[in-house]
Amino acid sequence: MAKIVIDGETYEVDPANNLLQECLSQGLDLPYFCWHPCMGSIGACRQCAVKQYRNAEDEKGMLVMACMTQATDGMIISIEDEQAKTMRARVIESLMISHPHDCPVCEEGGECHLQDMTLMSGHNYRRYDKKKVTHHNQYLGPFINHEMNRCITCYRCVRFYDDYAGGTDLAAQASHHHTYFGRHEEGVLESEFSGNLVEVCPTGVFTDKVFSEHYSRKWDLQTAPSICVGCAVGCNTTPGERYSSLRRIVNRYNSEVNGYFLCDRGRFGFEFVNSPERLKTPQQTVNGAVTELATEAARLLVHEYQKAGAIGIGSPRASNESNFALRNLVGEANFYAGVADEEFECLQVQMSLLQDPVFHAPSIREIEQADAVLIVNEDVTNTAPRIALALRQSVRNKAKQLAHDCKIPQWQDAAVRELAQRELSPLCLFGNYATRLDDVASDRLIAANEELIAVLAGVARAIDTGAPTQAAPTSRSELVQRVSAQLKDARRPLIVTGSNAGVEVLRAAANVARALHAVRKQAIDLCVLAPEVNSVGLAMMTPAGNGLCAALQRLKAGVATHAIVLENDLYRRASRTQVDAALDKVSGLLVIDQLPTATTAKADVLLPATSFSEHEATYVNYEGRAQLSFQVHRSHSQALPGWRWLVTEPDLAVNALIQSCAESAPGFARLSEVLPDESVFVAGMKVPRQSHRYSGRTAMKSNLDVNEPKQPVDTDSILAFSMEGIPSQKNASVLGAAWAPQWNSNQAISKFQDEINGELKQGSVGTHLVQRSASTGAYFPLVTKTSASAAGTLRVAIAHQIFGSDELSARSPAIRQRMTPAYVGIAPSDAEALGLHAGDRVYLGDTGATAIVSLRRHMATGTVAVYCGDEVDRHALPTALVLRKSDAASGPGLSGLIVSDRYEEEL
Amino acid sequence: MVTKPLTKNIDMSRPPLDMAGYEAADGYQSLHAIAKGLAPADVLQRVKDSGLKGRGGAGFPTGLKWSFVPMGPEAPKQKYLVVNADEMEPGTFKDRLLMEGDPHLLIEGMLIAAYTIQADKAYIFLRGEYIVAERRLRKAIDEAYARGYLGQNILGMGFNLDIVLHTSAGRYICGEETALLNALEGKRANPRAKPPFPQVSGLWGKPTIVNNVETLCNLPGILTYGVDWYHSLTKGTDHGTKLCGVSGKVKNPGCWELPLGTPIRELFEDYAGGMQDGLALRGFLPGGGSTDFLLPEHLDLTLDYDVIGKAGSRLATGTMIILDDQTCPVGMVGNLMKFFAHESCGFCTPCRDGLPWVDEIFNDFENGRGTEKDLAILHEHVDYLGPGRTFCALAPGATAPLGSGLRHFREDFERHIKDKKCSYRG
Amino acid sequence: MSSDVIASNAPTRARRLTAEEIAEIEHEMTLYPDKRAVGLEALKIVQKHQGWVSDESLLAIAKYLEIPPSDLEGVATFFNLVYRQPVGRNVMLFCNSVSCWIMGCEGLRKHMKDTLGIDFGDTSADGHFTLIPVPCLGDCDRAPVMMVGPDLHRNLTEEKIDAIVADYRNKKS
Ligand SMILES: Cc1cc2nc3c(=O)[nH]c(=O)nc-3n(C[C@H](O)[C@H](O)[C@H](O)COP(=O)(O)O)c2cc1C
Ligand code: SF4
Ligand code: FES
Repeated sequence: MAKIVIDGETYEVDPANNLLQECLSQGLDLPYFCWHPCMGSIGACRQCAVKQYRNAEDEKGMLVMACMTQATDGMIISIEDEQAKTMRARVIESLMISHPHDCPVCEEGGECHLQDMTLMSGHNYRRYDKKKVTHHNQYLGPFINHEMNRCITCYRCVRFYDDYAGGTDLAAQASHHHTYFGRHEEGVLESEFSGNLVEVCPTGVFTDKVFSEHYSRKWDLQTAPSICVGCAVGCNTTPGERYSSLRRIVNRYNSEVNGYFLCDRGRFGFEFVNSPERLKTPQQTVNGAVTELATEAARLLVHEYQKAGAIGIGSPRASNESNFALRNLVGEANFYAGVADEEFECLQVQMSLLQDPVFHAPSIREIEQADAVLIVNEDVTNTAPRIALALRQSVRNKAKQLAHDCKIPQWQDAAVRELAQRELSPLCLFGNYATRLDDVASDRLIAANEELIAVLAGVARAIDTGAPTQAAPTSRSELVQRVSAQLKDARRPLIVTGSNAGVEVLRAAANVARALHAVRKQAIDLCVLAPEVNSVGLAMMTPAGNGLCAALQRLKAGVATHAIVLENDLYRRASRTQVDAALDKVSGLLVIDQLPTATTAKADVLLPATSFSEHEATYVNYEGRAQLSFQVHRSHSQALPGWRWLVTEPDLAVNALIQSCAESAPGFARLSEVLPDESVFVAGMKVPRQSHRYSGRTAMKSNLDVNEPKQPVDTDSILAFSMEGIPSQKNASVLGAAWAPQWNSNQAISKFQDEINGELKQGSVGTHLVQRSASTGAYFPLVTKTSASAAGTLRVAIAHQIFGSDELSARSPAIRQRMTPAYVGIAPSDAEALGLHAGDRVYLGDTGATAIVSLRRHMATGTVAVYCGDEVDRHALPTALVLRKSDAASGPGLSGLIVSDRYEEEL
Repeated sequence: MVTKPLTKNIDMSRPPLDMAGYEAADGYQSLHAIAKGLAPADVLQRVKDSGLKGRGGAGFPTGLKWSFVPMGPEAPKQKYLVVNADEMEPGTFKDRLLMEGDPHLLIEGMLIAAYTIQADKAYIFLRGEYIVAERRLRKAIDEAYARGYLGQNILGMGFNLDIVLHTSAGRYICGEETALLNALEGKRANPRAKPPFPQVSGLWGKPTIVNNVETLCNLPGILTYGVDWYHSLTKGTDHGTKLCGVSGKVKNPGCWELPLGTPIRELFEDYAGGMQDGLALRGFLPGGGSTDFLLPEHLDLTLDYDVIGKAGSRLATGTMIILDDQTCPVGMVGNLMKFFAHESCGFCTPCRDGLPWVDEIFNDFENGRGTEKDLAILHEHVDYLGPGRTFCALAPGATAPLGSGLRHFREDFERHIKDKKCSYRG
Repeated sequence: MSSDVIASNAPTRARRLTAEEIAEIEHEMTLYPDKRAVGLEALKIVQKHQGWVSDESLLAIAKYLEIPPSDLEGVATFFNLVYRQPVGRNVMLFCNSVSCWIMGCEGLRKHMKDTLGIDFGDTSADGHFTLIPVPCLGDCDRAPVMMVGPDLHRNLTEEKIDAIVADYRNKKS
């Protein structure tokens, strides 16, 4: 710690940081643009000028940029100094020279960092009366609007997009006051993190196109802290609602999880909530005739199902509360996992790893600290995108180390990059096919599972001689040596794998981590990714033997005659033949869901469920971290939270249910810790979901009634559906939209952090549910299912797409525009042997399904990566396939493919 | 005794000396002296003792600059020498003369510098428009390779040096040494933050020295004829000779090598022949387009870094631009401002957005639309674009003629406002 | 770095670099430790052969050097002497910096406008000349100056310009 004097006051600051960051950490107001809390300083905007004095006698001092000046002990500075203030006023005036001043029609208005800083810097009169510079805007795809005239050239967009997120198609162009930020030509922004531009840009150059479709000012949005349901990472979000529709999603800071950034699936994939297809009323189908039901009647039916001994099938996309309520209703023995059996097996392995004290499940913040990474058969970008972004940061630890050795401070972002150039920490990819992280990989092994397992065994063995072995192909011995040495020597090694890897590969990867533990004697970071938002919660809830096949078997055999399916489309979990065989046999199928699916089509009783923003719920992420997601807005249909259809007391409060889950569900004991501590609320006042500037309340329903209706009362939670109450600065654990006096933009978050990039004051980062118990200490035995494929057949590896693989987000219009049809990725040599070309349509064995051929440079030969999309029944695919060219005219080819290794045939 | 070490071989009426001719004129003697047993530290000491200051504009002591390069076994093995031959500052025409007139001198200087910091690779960053210089340098480099002065194990010293001639594509900011490094790396030529200085983290993150052409051309003399000889050259307090140029409406514009400490009047009257007939001297920029105006009363100052510094300007590149009494000072400053506004890299706010405003105001003045309000804004920009405010020294360079122009030629600005036109243009 | 593919972006197709261009680019690649550094050189090489850098050329270079096209465009548009639009057979780099200005380059500029019909940025109707202003050419003692192609012309006057124009027209047509 160092002591510095700012305008006469002494402050304790961290000397590792720059002055700007430290001033903001102290809660002082100092304007800035180009600096970003997690991207560091470049000193471009010159907005953060302060006066620095050489000593107590120095009266003149000199101007310095706070963001480019180290906070050193004994330093004397002034923010209030007149010269510094004048400088800041001049800078903001310069920035506004060509700015269009179109705030009234600009979507950034009201949450614009440029507006805030303009006011803070005291610029309120335009003296510039010459010609402004104007630019052309580009079409950038379905997610992002471009309005270059508003640009203030802070370089944040390209620093995020390229330097931070590894994008390649957005860059600074031209120069001097014509500097332009865009693509080299119009087109879809390729990065799957493009949405962050909306928040990174301090003004309205990059705005949210999905939000534009039904725009509302920030202060008119009703918001609450929420959790993204797009994947198992559980990023914290703030959805905003107006007039009963969900308008947008923005990032909500969580120091451990997502920090400042989201992926585009999470940001733009919410619109299924507003879908006109949403199920709105309970209904019953008897002999083909559909009747709508009153809520009470529907409840009675649930009761009848229970009495009929219905089995329950839970869901990885349903909350803990809903799965818990279903389990209570049908009894533990009758509660089944609503996921494919192989996935369930992986989840159980994952559970055992989460309980083993030899391992540590790293948070995103911890992943970023890894300095040697091994990723095993998981296409992280397409399955848990936010983690891919964290892994991109991990490879920069080499640069940070070099900078440290050269005495270059870490916050000097450009200097650190220039020093390190392309030096990266090791990141090794083992998989069936290449992924988007290839560009930062130090090694890549593209092979079939047998070989992956053998090489992993070799790596484990090279680390710890006690690890089980299997002859690794000798051609890989160098790789084995290199990777094992990198992991052994690293400060903080990390193994990443997941359910998509296949259970044998997953175990082999865990063995590498165990070997590391054997020699390092410390808990090893092992990140096992789960497929869906609550896959881990579901696995914790489900008895070990209760896989989906067992449930289907029971139904098929008539042992159970009734089934309740909770928020799940069984046709995505097992093959159509299997599911049909079971459902054709049942005498009662009750399905609770949000949107129509193949399963709801077969329901005898169909009950509408609320979506994530319409109810309060908890989910357990890949780490075993439980997080609470609040209700943002009310549903205006008869939809209820899944659990509410299933509990006996109709007025049960959600918090009571969470309590009871904590008390009675094994493994969930700490779940109640995610609930906010109500004692901190002043005089029992609730926290408003609406801002103090929320407008139009009296007019909103005046077309119906000129009397303003009473605001709906939220009996469930500590939040209020109104602007009344004590707003969130009192307790950041329920911080929806950050706001502080003078800080209307998302940058207000710094006012809620205990220090910049620190935890939110009194914040909740979630609660780890899984207790580490004693380690078995045992390696998994190596099992290899050799799928030795017959001549002419290709081994199947399932491929994923960030836009499309997730069931719900895939039903959002913007995401649909980025989706790709089913495809098969094959190596060029295999394609040649089979006489196939990119864009051809092929039959997938004798399943009857077809897909489009894509050639990939880095594909194991003899393997086909199949992306199933909506069309192909994944569970009907054999383990090896014959591809046969179809005569169907090959379509326009593939669009929206998120791979890094597309092979372009020379024309 | 040699008195003009920089230009002794230069005769622009013939091609430059080839290897044989150059060697006959004591060429590459310094390299042979080094080969006889001078350690890098010895060379460094001599350069420090010589008192040589950088001729690129800032006048930073060359030996001191080199001493920041980490040496020894712990230091990165790869180091670079970069020659700043991007000469593009308005009114500056001295490096061209050296490169076209005596390319071997630069190569010899580079060998000395590279040896001192133990760099085995050097880049000459040459502005793309200098086509004659490029041809002549290429020829000289080829000759030096052929003669064994470049390449592997030079003169059996175990020292290697490769020189790559890089030609740029026109941007003044590339002359700023860190922007130059970005340009060499194939990036947009925005400057880099300092610290870290290039000596620690420069080209591709490796320790790098950037020196001006003329600076390097001083080195062969220092090593060949000795520090005492070098000290004997000057007439003033700074050491060595300096290329000094005069452009504008003088009788005999040109560029000459003069001892530092020479009175400006001598340069102006004896060499440049004084003003053309019928014209009087109004003022002058002593060292290129980013120095402050001096006035006729300053003619008796001597060409010394400190002397000119004390008078409120800078010796900088040593190439004077003369303002006569029939040329509009407002137009002249306006011309410079247009240059600076256009050449701003666009990285930092004051320069990127401040200079175009200044330029617009000068346009208005030119066209009779200048106002008092505009004049006040110009004054504000002098402060706003000054040292420490911007990311690099480009914009502060622009404020030198702007600030001093406003100060010295205030009545001209006011007359433009009053007359609503430029009366120099009738 | 491998390029990400969103096929709907259907980039303007890269043209093929000529063998000569490739040979020269390959040579440059031996001079720098990182092929990214060759971007500007490659643009200049292509410009030398093609007269200017078309979108197709830019993409071809980007592909060859494995530099993202938007980054290469960022470099191309940064430098004054990379032409991203077609130019005439002879590019006139006309110095309009301070010494040339003092020595009357504005009058010469007007003269060119009157005689050739071109101002800065324009190409003459006959396609012979493109006039581009250039910062100080470093020949201030012989101002005003301009370059036509690789040749420097000093101490310019209206008559000299007329002669130069006639000369290039005859020589190069
Ligand atoms: C905008 C700007 C342009 C510059 N242009 C040149 C130049 O063309 N040639 C040069 O030698 N130095 C130029 N300099 C100075 C260099 O940054 C650097 O100080 C110089 O090359 C150091 O060499 P020296 O120590 O040998 O003088 C320029 C500086 C700035 C700020
Ligand atoms: S002062 Fe700023 S904008 Fe101007 S050239 Fe330097 S860095 Fe670029
Ligand atoms: S925030 Fe300090 S210069 Fe931009």
